Amino acid sequence: MSIPMLQALDIKKSFGKSEALRGLNFEVEKGEVVAVMGPSGSGKSTLLHCLAGILAPDSGQVLLSGVEIQNLNEERRSELRRTQFGFVFQFGQLLPELTALDNVSIPLLLGKVKRKDAEGRARIWLERLGLAGMEDKLPSELSGGQAQRVAIARAMVTHPQVLFADEPTGSLDSLAAENVMNMMLESVRSEGTTVIIITHDARTAAYADRDVIVRDGRISGAMMGSGK
Amino acid sequence: MNNALTLLGLIGSGSGYGYDLKQNYDHYFNLAKPLAFGQVYAILSRMIRDGYIQSSGEETGGGPDRKKYEITPEGRKRLEEWMVTPEIPSETLQTDVFAKTIIALLIERDTEELLDIQRRKHLERMRQLTKQKQTADVVHILLCDYALSHIEADLRWMELTSARLNELRKEIKS
Repeated sequence: MSIPMLQALDIKKSFGKSEALRGLNFEVEKGEVVAVMGPSGSGKSTLLHCLAGILAPDSGQVLLSGVEIQNLNEERRSELRRTQFGFVFQFGQLLPELTALDNVSIPLLLGKVKRKDAEGRARIWLERLGLAGMEDKLPSELSGGQAQRVAIARAMVTHPQVLFADEPTGSLDSLAAENVMNMMLESVRSEGTTVIIITHDARTAAYADRDVIVRDGRISGAMMGSGK
Repeated sequence: MNNALTLLGLIGSGSGYGYDLKQNYDHYFNLAKPLAFGQVYAILSRMIRDGYIQSSGEETGGGPDRKKYEITPEGRKRLEEWMVTPEIPSETLQTDVFAKTIIALLIERDTEELLDIQRRKHLERMRQLTKQKQTADVVHILLCDYALSHIEADLRWMELTSARLNELRKEIKS
């Protein structure tokens, strides 16, 4: 059996007296797209933060391709987030004073890629997401769906192993949401990127290969099949 | 709605006389029209035949409505099987999901788990429809959208039901 791309083993995380994760187990294979669903307060966002190395669990293990990441120091985790992971959030993620092209180039520039190369790669990604001609637009000049596609381009430009999408369609109307999901899925499928979508929206979750439901800090019915 | 299994669920929450079972049924599940007595007794005798229930405590000189019915281990097995088998999502009201929710609370079964089993089935159907949309023409995309919207409405209802379970449990127990 192949090693899962990302794995959480019996992870626990509390905030004060409140237990957000209570011994949760989760894994995702390379190239798989999984939707994590659950009501507010179920622990799904904490799970994302632990999987992405933003938070360290109190106990348990998080493994990226079989290698533990939960004990890495902040510097290493930060590097991991920059080089191995991509992030798409609900809103407010683009830098408002930078153009679409600059926003997408940033992760590459931070990784010491030369500006010309970075911009070249950013242009390709903007085009792939149907945004050719929008390079010089500021975020305030873009529609919600366009801004979200810029965010996807920015997340994908470094060829991450895993893309985390936290309510990626949360602020969009139905048709724009569909457009964003179609483009995102097309991009990740062609790159073989593993994707974890955190959402409470069933329509968005329906783009995934399978879904898991988080309830009270655990995966609900973890032993049940899930149409994988 | 599956009348027989819903009645079996009521018997599973505590034995009862035929008359009381009918009253209980109408109280919880009288969505369209009350269940006729004749129908209740027909279902009960069928379930005795199938070994799901047995009659006990017949009173002297009592007619069929003086019998008390209780669930058998076989009946309990059948009930559990029904409870954990998710319904096929369709664009119409999922009355069996409603019946299972009430029965689960009455027999003190993990109701959230049942709703999650059903949710998974609904999500699976939504995934199929979403996949179909990728290669469909606009007319068929619209048909898929229609089905998706209705299944989504069921899911919202399940989410609300989950959120109201404690309230519902209290009301049913009172």
